[in-house]
Amino acid sequence: MSQLEIKPKGVFSGYGASILLLLVALVYPFVVTSNYALDVGMLILFTAFLGQSWNIAGGFAGLLSFGHTIFFGIGAYCSAIMVATYGINPWMAWMLAIAFGAALGAIIGYLSFRFGLRGSYFALITLAFAEMFRVLADSSPITRGGLGILIPVKQGASQLQFADPRAFYFLALLLCLIGLGLAYWLKSSRFGARLEAIRENEDAARALGIHVLKEKIKCLALSGALAAAGGSFYVQKYLYIDPQLAFSVARSVEMLLVAMIGGAGTVFGPLIGAATLGVLAEVTRALSDAQGLSLVVYGTVLILIIGFLPNGLISLLRRGPRKQGGRHA
Amino acid sequence: MLEVIDLSKRFGGLYAVNGASIRVEQGQIVALIGPNGAGKTTLFATIAGFLKPDGGRVTFNGEDITGVPPHEICAKGMVRTFQITQPFSRLTVAENIMVGVHQHTANRREAREQAWEIAQYVGMGHLFDLPSTELTVAGRKRLELARALGTRPKLLLLDEVMAGLNPSEMSEIIGIIKGIRERGVTILLIEHVMQAVMSLAEQVYVLSEGKLIAEGPPEQVTRDPAVVEAYLGRNAAQLLEGQGHA
Repeated sequence: MSQLEIKPKGVFSGYGASILLLLVALVYPFVVTSNYALDVGMLILFTAFLGQSWNIAGGFAGLLSFGHTIFFGIGAYCSAIMVATYGINPWMAWMLAIAFGAALGAIIGYLSFRFGLRGSYFALITLAFAEMFRVLADSSPITRGGLGILIPVKQGASQLQFADPRAFYFLALLLCLIGLGLAYWLKSSRFGARLEAIRENEDAARALGIHVLKEKIKCLALSGALAAAGGSFYVQKYLYIDPQLAFSVARSVEMLLVAMIGGAGTVFGPLIGAATLGVLAEVTRALSDAQGLSLVVYGTVLILIIGFLPNGLISLLRRGPRKQGGRHA
Repeated sequence: MLEVIDLSKRFGGLYAVNGASIRVEQGQIVALIGPNGAGKTTLFATIAGFLKPDGGRVTFNGEDITGVPPHEICAKGMVRTFQITQPFSRLTVAENIMVGVHQHTANRREAREQAWEIAQYVGMGHLFDLPSTELTVAGRKRLELARALGTRPKLLLLDEVMAGLNPSEMSEIIGIIKGIRERGVTILLIEHVMQAVMSLAEQVYVLSEGKLIAEGPPEQVTRDPAVVEAYLGRNAAQLLEGQGHA
């Protein structure tokens, strides 16, 4: 009955490799000597986490958001306002920011999908939302306009500020693992199967009893919650947020880029994409100090991958394409 | 079981379905035939909740389901297949069927076991883990059927499952459809292949230009001058009539 084994597709081949990766990630902060190298590692994990948030909506359910930074920015501002203006405990603020992100995901999902916006129309509406939030944050007194919000320095674990720079590295690792866990759960649950069905063919999904609107809203709420968690993390790490940092197109693009380069709709795609782009950026920076060179390299890599590996780098790791021709009934 | 009363659907000023009434009794196989563009698929889509009717009612097991969305209709036990097959392309045959089965169970393993039984039943066991893009036309038609069966329907709406099949594939599918009925599933099918209609259906409705022009057992309907005329034109109808008298 080997026919009945469940092998979630898109899971990195073999647990061995995953465990090895995890060990590397755990040992890394104790091996590297500079804070800079530690930050590079932290940013790769963090970008992978944000990419995973995009991946859950864009990769699994085909909700191609082009403004995913909305959720990141909302999470960041929620945290910043609650902590800096109202003096709420940062951990508490983090949880509330996640709830805000989920709620915003549900609202944007309802507004877009209720009226049947799909594909590029949904991409445009999310882009518009992100711009709208940026303008609002730029002019509203609650967000202190273009000045941005500074979080007062109060060190201590209870304040979510740490003297040891490794703490944020491990926090980013934890976020990344949570993201991977959620993606793995999607690969092996009914909810995930339904999202994939919706991505592939909405009409067929409806005919087979799937409440498409409900599932899409749930999916965007989950994705929004993750990105908002990332926004909170960012604020606590850098103790500052402004409209440009929160709602820039560049961050939206980065989120979808790492997922697509690594492999959209797969568990490890965003991590692979973030690691590749992170290392590439460091290499180009080391080789030349020309401004913006890394962006040129990103662009070239993206073109190459879309041209030759449309399913992302992860497809290199799978043992060749499944060839089972010859048997065509 | 299914009652369609005076159903109409317009696109702009054009009636695609104009006052059609159909009855399907529990356990029957009923066929809906008619020339191309008669409105058969539109009628199906309207019954299954994909299109909102402009007039008339649909009841299923005595319950009014007019304008109810497709996923709710599916949950009540009526499911349709698509004439132009709509596979979940990047998923395997197994995963395609599991989407339907998940209507009843959230458990992946259980869903896969049930999908495996269905795949074998419709003769797709050897294709179980293939990506659905690798299927032939015949395979895709079967997949439509298999996915629909996964939802455990009481009434199955089949939209041209025979189109594009060769004679041996067709007789196999006819056997499968008969088997499905024997398991207690009622079937309403759209079909162009008259051989299939004759061997399957007890009751036939003929749709032409959005209107029902005939109904009855298949032998009777195929002799109906109005039906012959709809398919072949007035002269042919008169010609056949003449031969009948000669």
